[in-house]
Amino acid sequence: MTALTDPPKESFRLSMLIYDTRYRSMTIQVVALMGFMLLFAWIISNTLQNLSALGKPVDFGFLFEPAGYDINQRLIEYNSQSTHLRAAFVGLLNTLLVAALGCALATILGVIIGVLRLSKNWLVARLMTVYVEAFRNVPVLLWIVLVMAIMIETMPPPRDFRGDNPSASMLLGDSVAVTNRGVYIPEPLFSRGLGDISVFGAFDISLDLIAILIALFGGIYASKLVKRRADRIQEATGDRPTTWYIRLGLVVLPTLAVLIALGFHLGYPELKGFNFKGGIHMRNSLIALWLALSLYTAAFIAEAVRAGILAISKGQTEAAYALGLSRSQTMNLVILPQAARVIIPPLISQYLNLTKNSSLAIAVGYMDITGTLGGITMNQTGRELESILLLMAIYLSISLSISAVMNWYNKRVKLVER
Amino acid sequence: MTQAAFVRTEMVPEQAPPITSSGVIGWMRKNLFDGWMNSLLTVVSLVAVGALLYEILPWIFRSSWTAGSLNECREQIKEAYGPDASGACWAVIRERYAQLTFGFYPSELYWRPILAFILMLGAMAPVLFSNLPRKLLWFSGLYPFIAAWLLWGGSVWGPLSALAGFIIGFALLLAITPRFGAILGVIAAVLGPIIWWTLLSGTVIDVLDSIIPIALEPVKSRNFGGFMLSITIGVTGIVASLPIGIVLALGRQSDLLIVKSLCVGFIEFIRGVPLITLLFVASTLLNIFLPPGTDFDIIVRVMIMVTLFSAAYMAEVIRGGLAALPRGQYEAADALGLDYWKAQRLIIMPQALKISIPGIVGTFIGLFKDTTLVMIIGLMDPLGLSTAIRANQEWNGIVWELYGFIALVFWIFCFSMSRYSMYLERKLQTENH
Amino acid sequence: MKKTVFLGALAVTGLAAGAAAAGTLDDVKARGKLNCGVTTGLVGFAAPDANGVWEGFDVAVCRAVAAAIFGDPTAVEFIPTTGKTRFTALASGEVDMLARNTTWTFTRDVDLKFEFVGINYYDGQGFMVPKSLGVSSAKELDGATVCIQTGTTTELNLADFFRSNNMSYEPVPIETNAEAQQQFLAGACDVYTTDASGLAATRATFENPGDYVILPEIISKEPLGPLVRHGDNAWGDLVRWTLNALISAEELGITSANIDELRKGTNNPEINRILGTEGNLGEMLGLSADWAYNAIKAGGNYGELFEKNIGENTPIGLSRGLNAQWKDGGLIYSPPFR
Repeated sequence: MTALTDPPKESFRLSMLIYDTRYRSMTIQVVALMGFMLLFAWIISNTLQNLSALGKPVDFGFLFEPAGYDINQRLIEYNSQSTHLRAAFVGLLNTLLVAALGCALATILGVIIGVLRLSKNWLVARLMTVYVEAFRNVPVLLWIVLVMAIMIETMPPPRDFRGDNPSASMLLGDSVAVTNRGVYIPEPLFSRGLGDISVFGAFDISLDLIAILIALFGGIYASKLVKRRADRIQEATGDRPTTWYIRLGLVVLPTLAVLIALGFHLGYPELKGFNFKGGIHMRNSLIALWLALSLYTAAFIAEAVRAGILAISKGQTEAAYALGLSRSQTMNLVILPQAARVIIPPLISQYLNLTKNSSLAIAVGYMDITGTLGGITMNQTGRELESILLLMAIYLSISLSISAVMNWYNKRVKLVER
Repeated sequence: MTQAAFVRTEMVPEQAPPITSSGVIGWMRKNLFDGWMNSLLTVVSLVAVGALLYEILPWIFRSSWTAGSLNECREQIKEAYGPDASGACWAVIRERYAQLTFGFYPSELYWRPILAFILMLGAMAPVLFSNLPRKLLWFSGLYPFIAAWLLWGGSVWGPLSALAGFIIGFALLLAITPRFGAILGVIAAVLGPIIWWTLLSGTVIDVLDSIIPIALEPVKSRNFGGFMLSITIGVTGIVASLPIGIVLALGRQSDLLIVKSLCVGFIEFIRGVPLITLLFVASTLLNIFLPPGTDFDIIVRVMIMVTLFSAAYMAEVIRGGLAALPRGQYEAADALGLDYWKAQRLIIMPQALKISIPGIVGTFIGLFKDTTLVMIIGLMDPLGLSTAIRANQEWNGIVWELYGFIALVFWIFCFSMSRYSMYLERKLQTENH
Repeated sequence: MKKTVFLGALAVTGLAAGAAAAGTLDDVKARGKLNCGVTTGLVGFAAPDANGVWEGFDVAVCRAVAAAIFGDPTAVEFIPTTGKTRFTALASGEVDMLARNTTWTFTRDVDLKFEFVGINYYDGQGFMVPKSLGVSSAKELDGATVCIQTGTTTELNLADFFRSNNMSYEPVPIETNAEAQQQFLAGACDVYTTDASGLAATRATFENPGDYVILPEIISKEPLGPLVRHGDNAWGDLVRWTLNALISAEELGITSANIDELRKGTNNPEINRILGTEGNLGEMLGLSADWAYNAIKAGGNYGELFEKNIGENTPIGLSRGLNAQWKDGGLIYSPPFR
C-alpha cells in the first residue's frame, strides 16, 4: 500500500496563459477587455481632438438656455422662453403619448385581425391576409407619410365648416370636428375644480384628475373585495351570490359622485377665427403617426396572435365544444388565455419596435423627442454630440423599462412547470 | 318466427347532396353566410372593398402616361375624361423611373448595377436553395468583391487586394493554428489582414495598376440613389453583419463573463435605440469619432452604422439558431474530442446557420424597409428622390403617384422574400421530422 | 485615385488620408471636383432634373466656383443636405462650401465657426395666405395655424414675431418645402411662412397662383449666401471673389454673350483685371489668369443667373427688388477688383 503523493508541483510558465485551459479563459477575457478599452479610449481621444479643433468642447450648458421655438402639442406648460431641457421633456412626453396610444390600438387591432384571419368566413380571412401582407411589406415610414397625406387631402379644412351653407359639418351632435388639421373632441371641464398642484416646481398635476383616479381605483378595489367574498362563499357552499350589481355600483357610483361634486361638464369645440377653439385637439400629425404605427404594428401582432392560436392544440377547442361552450366563448375563455403565453414575448418586441419607430415622427412634424432634442434643439445650438448622446440614452432607458416591465409580466403569467 | 314486413336487402344508392350544400351555393353557405354573424361580416367586407375599389380604380386608370409636367397631365386628363375627372399622372413615373431606380448613377453605366443585381441573384441561389451544387458557394464568397468593383468601379486591383486580405488572414489561421494554438492563430488572422490593408495594399495596388491597368470608370457612392441605394445598403448591411453577428452570438453564449457582458451590452444597446439615432450618428458624429482628417463619404458611413445595427439583430437570430440545435450535437462534438473552434466550424455553425436562414431573411426584409430612413438625413433613396422630384418645377405638387409606385416596388420585393422565407421554414420543418 | 475609401471602411482603419492639414483648394484640385452642399430640393434654387443634373440659382454659384478652379462648370459634386445635416457636412469637411439658402447670423458665423463669404440673395421672412381668408396684414393672424420649415431660422423669427405682437399661433413644423406646400394647399394650415423668395417660388407652381397673396410684412432680415469653414482664409477668399466677380460682371456689363469679345481687351482696366488680361489677380488666388472669365462664362453674370433661374420670366417670377445692383437702387454691391 502506497501513500498518495501530491502531484509534482508545477511552476507557472508564461506559455500556460495560452495553452493551459485553466488560465486560457482568463487570458482571452483580459485581451478582450483590453481591446475594448483601447478602442473606447481611441474613440474618446479622437472625439476630444476633433471637438477641440472645431472649438466645441463637450458642454451640456445649452440645455438651460431659452429654446426660442414653439411646440404645438405640449402636455406640460411650455413657451418659447422655456429652456431646451424643458423642450426635450415636452418631446419625451409626446413620444410616450404616441407610443402608449399606438401600443393600445395596435394590440386591439392585432388581436382582432389575428383572430379573423382564422375565421371560417372565407372572404374575411382572405381580406385579413391581404391586410397583413400589405402592411408588413411596405416600409413604415412610407405608411406614415401616406396616412398623413390622406389626412391632409381628404379631410375638410376648417374653412369648409364656415358660412351659411357649409360643405362640411361636425359629427355626433356637433361635438366632434374632423378636419385636416386634426380631430377636435369634447374636453372634460370642471366648474368647481380643485386646481393644480405643482410638483418640484416643474410640472402641474391636476388635482381633479387625482381625485377621480382615487375614486375609481378605490371602487375597483372594493369591488375586488366583494368578488373575493363571493368566491369564498361559492367555495364553502357551492352557491354564488349574485353580486354584479353591487360590484358595478361600487365602481361607478363613487366616481360619478366625485365627477358631480367637481361640476363635470364637456367643453365642445367651436369654430372661432381661424380654427376650432375648445375641446381637445388631436393634431393630424399625432393621428397620422398613431394610425400608421398601429396599423403597421397590428399586422405583425396579428401574425403573432395567429401563431399563438395555432399553437394551442385542436383538442382544446374540441374539448370546449364538447363542454357546450359557444364559438366565441371557446375563443375568449379557452383559446386566447392559453395562446396569450405564446403571444406575449413577440408582443413585447413589437411594443419595443413601435416605440422606436415613433422616432419617425420627424417625417410628419410631430414634435417628439427626436423632433425637439434631436431636431430643432440640435440644429439651433449646433451641439450634435451632446444632443445625440442624450437622445440615445433616453431611448435606451425607455426600451429597457418597457422590456423590464413586460418581462416581469411575462414571468407572472408563465405556466409554472413542474 | 315472425316475418319482417320489409327488410332492405341492398343499400340505397348514394344521393347527390342537396343543392344548398354543394357547388357554388353550398360553398358560399359554408364559407360566407354561415350564421347571421358571418353573413354580416361578409356583407360589410364586400361593401368596404367595393367602395374602396370604386374610389381608386377610376383614378388609377383615368391616367396620363405621356405628359411632361403635372399641369399638362391635368389638361390631358380633363380633355380625355371630362372637366371634373381627376386621375393619376403616371407620366412622372415614366419620366423618372430610371432615376428612382438608379439615382444619379451615370446612365451609360446602368449595365453595371444591373449586372451586379443579376450576379447577386446568382450568388444567393446556392445559399437559398440547398439542392444546387455546393461548389457554387465559392462564387457567393467572391460576389461581394465583384459587386463592389462593378458598382464603384475603379481599378480591379482594389477589390482584389481587399480579397487578398481575407486570403492572407485565412492562410495565417491555417498556418499558425496547428503550430502555436488557436488563440495565436486567430490573433494573427486578425492582425495580418489589417497590416496588409493599411500599410501594404496601397502600394501594391499602385504597382499592379501601373503594370496591368484594368479599371472601370469610377463612380462616387454619392451618385447612388433610388432602389439601387436601398438594395446596396440593405445587402451590404446583411452580408457584413453576418460575421459580426456570429461572433456576437458566440460571445453572448460564452461562459467568459467579460466577453459575454461586452457582447450583451453591445446587442442590447443597439436594439434599444431607434435606427434613426444611429443614422444621426452616421451623418454627424462618425467623423468626430474617427481620427482627424478621416472622411468617408456619407453613404459608406451609413453602411457602417447599418451594419452595426443589423449585426445586433443578426446575433439574436443566430443565437436562436444555436439554441434550437439539440443539446446532443454539442455533446457529440465534445465526445469526438473536437476543440471549441473545430466544433463550432464543423458541427454547430453549419447547422445553426441553416436553421437561421428564415430569420436572416426576415432581418433582411426589415433592414431593407428601414433603408427608407436614410431620407431623413438627406440621402436620395426612393423616398428622398420623391422629395427632390416634387421640388422640380414640372412635378411640383405630385403626391400619390410617387408614393404608390415606391410602395408597390417595396411590396413586391418584401412580399416575395417573405414568401420564400415561409417556404424555407416549411421545408426545414419537414426535413427535421 | 484608388478605391481606398471603400477598402478603408472594410479595414476599419484610422489611417485614411490625413488631409486636414492641407488647404481646401489643394484638396479640391487633387480631387478634381468641388464638393458643394445644396438643398435636397427647392424650386429655382436647387433641384435635379430627369438626368440628375442639378439646376438653380444656388447651384449656379457652385458651378461658377468650379469653373473658376478647373475651367469646367461640371466639375462639381452636388451633395444634397437637409436643414439638419448641412452644418455638420460643412464642418466635417464633407463639402467644401455650402450654397444652400443659408441665413447669415451671428451665432452661425461666430459660434458654429463658419465664414459667410458674401450674400447672393437678400431675403426676408414673409407670409403667404389664401385670398379667401380675407387677411391683409400679418398682424391679423392671431390664432392662425402656421406651416413652417424646421431646421431654419424661420421658426425662431416666427416665435419672436408672434410673441412681440402678443398673438398666439399654432405651429405646424414641416421637413421639406414640398410637404409644406401640400399642407398649405389643402388648407391644413392658414399661413405658410418662409423666406419671401421661397414663398414666391412655391406660389409660382400652384395651379391657381392668383388665389394666394403674400402679405406685405417682412418680419426678418435673411441675407442668404454661400459659406465655408472657418480657418482657411485662402479658400474663403476664392469663393468670395468668385461671387464678387459675378456681381461686378453685371455691373460692368460683362455677359456670357460678350465676354469673349471683351476678353480681347477693352479700355476699362477693371474689366481687363477681372478677365485676366491685365494684372495677376488669378495668381493671387492660386488660380489661373482666366478664372473669372471661366466663372462668368459658366452661366453668365449675376443678373443673368438671376433671370435664368428665378427672375421675372421664369415661373417663379421674382423681381430684383433688394437684389438689384446698387446703381439701380438695390443692395447688390461688389468691392472693387483692384
